[in-house]
Amino acid sequence: MLKDQDRIFNNIYGLEDTSLNGCKKRGDWNKTKSILAKGREKIIGEIKASGLRGRGGAGFSTGMKWSFMPKEASERPHYLVINADEGEPGTCKDREILRNEPHKLIEGALVAAFAMGANTAYCYVRGEFYRETEALQRAVDEAYAAGLIGPDACGSGYAFDFYIHRGMGAYICGEESALIESLEGKKGQPRLKPPFPANVGLYGCPTTVNNVETIAVTPAIMRRGANWFADLGKPNNTGTKLFNISGHVNNPCTVEEEMGIPLKELIEKHAGGVRGGWENLKAIIPGGASVPMLPKSICDTVHMDFDSLGEVKSGLGTAAVMVMDQSTDLVRAICRLSRFYKHESCGQCTPCREGTGWMWRMMERLSDGSAELEEIDLLEEVTRQIEGHTICALGDAAAWPVQGLIRHFRDDIEQRIIERIARDAEAA
Amino acid sequence: MTGGQETFTFNAENVEKAKDVLAKYPEGWQESAVMPLLDLAQRQNQGWLPKAAMDFVADMLGMPPIRVYEVATFYTMYNTKPVGKHHVQVCTNLPCWLRGSDEITGQCKKSLGIDFGMTTEDGMFTLSEAECLGACVNAPMIQIGDDYFEDLDASSTKSILDELKNGASPKPGSRTGRHTCEPAGGLTSLTGKDKDAGGK
Repeated sequence: MLKDQDRIFNNIYGLEDTSLNGCKKRGDWNKTKSILAKGREKIIGEIKASGLRGRGGAGFSTGMKWSFMPKEASERPHYLVINADEGEPGTCKDREILRNEPHKLIEGALVAAFAMGANTAYCYVRGEFYRETEALQRAVDEAYAAGLIGPDACGSGYAFDFYIHRGMGAYICGEESALIESLEGKKGQPRLKPPFPANVGLYGCPTTVNNVETIAVTPAIMRRGANWFADLGKPNNTGTKLFNISGHVNNPCTVEEEMGIPLKELIEKHAGGVRGGWENLKAIIPGGASVPMLPKSICDTVHMDFDSLGEVKSGLGTAAVMVMDQSTDLVRAICRLSRFYKHESCGQCTPCREGTGWMWRMMERLSDGSAELEEIDLLEEVTRQIEGHTICALGDAAAWPVQGLIRHFRDDIEQRIIERIARDAEAA
Repeated sequence: MTGGQETFTFNAENVEKAKDVLAKYPEGWQESAVMPLLDLAQRQNQGWLPKAAMDFVADMLGMPPIRVYEVATFYTMYNTKPVGKHHVQVCTNLPCWLRGSDEITGQCKKSLGIDFGMTTEDGMFTLSEAECLGACVNAPMIQIGDDYFEDLDASSTKSILDELKNGASPKPGSRTGRHTCEPAGGLTSLTGKDKDAGGK
């Protein structure tokens, strides 16, 4: 189990003082100036060497992403955009950083922005997080007043501004190019790539979009060194990670653990175990609504990291673990997610706009048993026509949960159709 | 009432707030302020946006009104119809559903006597179904206005709504005594004296 001294978020529950003074006592803003003094190349090199992969779901190498930004600033300024549009069902980790660890985020934003030659960061926070935004704004005001950010951030001579921009209720704005569109005052509809944001992003300028957790861990990596971070977890899946454990567990919670921790250990050590015991487990969605569910047989042994979960045709995603015990109607559960994706499709691409509605309506039929057996294959085929045929990943995200259900629990779906057919026959 | 259906203009406080909002964005990109300005307008106008408010914001930012209407209708937090004084939003997405959001929904409908999408006759409450609000380890939960109420059951939901009916301000956050998102059974991490050692 991860030792407390290796935990980055030492006040994630907000049990201690969250003001600047309190945060400083726990190590935030410690020698930030000397981190900046290492220079852009060294910072990016250190983040690359740490093996940090983006914490927003896709898991792309953070250091690599930063290195895509132009080396020299031209007449077009560079921007750092922080994605705090947390909305993936099951996910509530960034919320805790915003309200309980805001200075880790602001300090990380300074380090990241400096490394990419950006003098401005916009933090896009989902609109429903109103109180969290207030907490973050208080911390931003404190940081400005203390000279930690502003025209001479930390006395480094580097100018850095941090602005909060509130979303207004659109899951799709968690997609980076939709987020940029939204920040420019438009509907949040994803852009075609290329050009990639590192070339043409916010206001047509070089832009990097990073998740809140990704940015918030960078000061710790810079202070403790890439090797410290890389030694935690597993090769290619390094460091620590915030996990959200929800659903049918005894003590739902958020906890920072080592990457690669066995799923069973994570749940039993921190969430008090599955309700009714591990044997009462039916399935788990291990990384937010968009990743396929896993049956108990896989949950018994799987480890919580990008590669391990990829090998079992699921994903780490946002590390939001949703636990479902034997009492769960899994068809109903996935049907609810299908309704979510139908609600959140931005309407731009036909396969997603129409397909999410088709999938939801078919899932409703499977859920109440009114479908015919052939419709299971038809639904599977529909998911394949959506997956990979849209501008952004929402189409994929809508297809995968349905695929996961059919892959692992086809019997459950068939049983209820067979029972309905039998009932119909009896009635006739 | 400032604003209303026919005309709308910012009150003095929001004129100042709008200046602060506009200062966040670079020259020539004032359209970035459309979302925060619409939010200010909505807050000033009892929680909803009449067309006059959208036109006012369009005019202020030099945007074609249609672009503002697009934004106001794309994002779910803008209300284009009047809403009750208390907007009660029940999360029914998977993590809340697994922990009993059906029961919370039932209690809200019973307490308020209305269905999703409706407003009570006295204009006090609007009830809505919400997608995941991002407080999943504190499920089930509801949002009322700007506040989250978490770790609910039927009885705590009833008492929150009763308090609001009586003009009181129920305390937001967990209803089972949790501070935030820590495990209810006691801390399983961050217990040691050395928890801050690595940060120094």
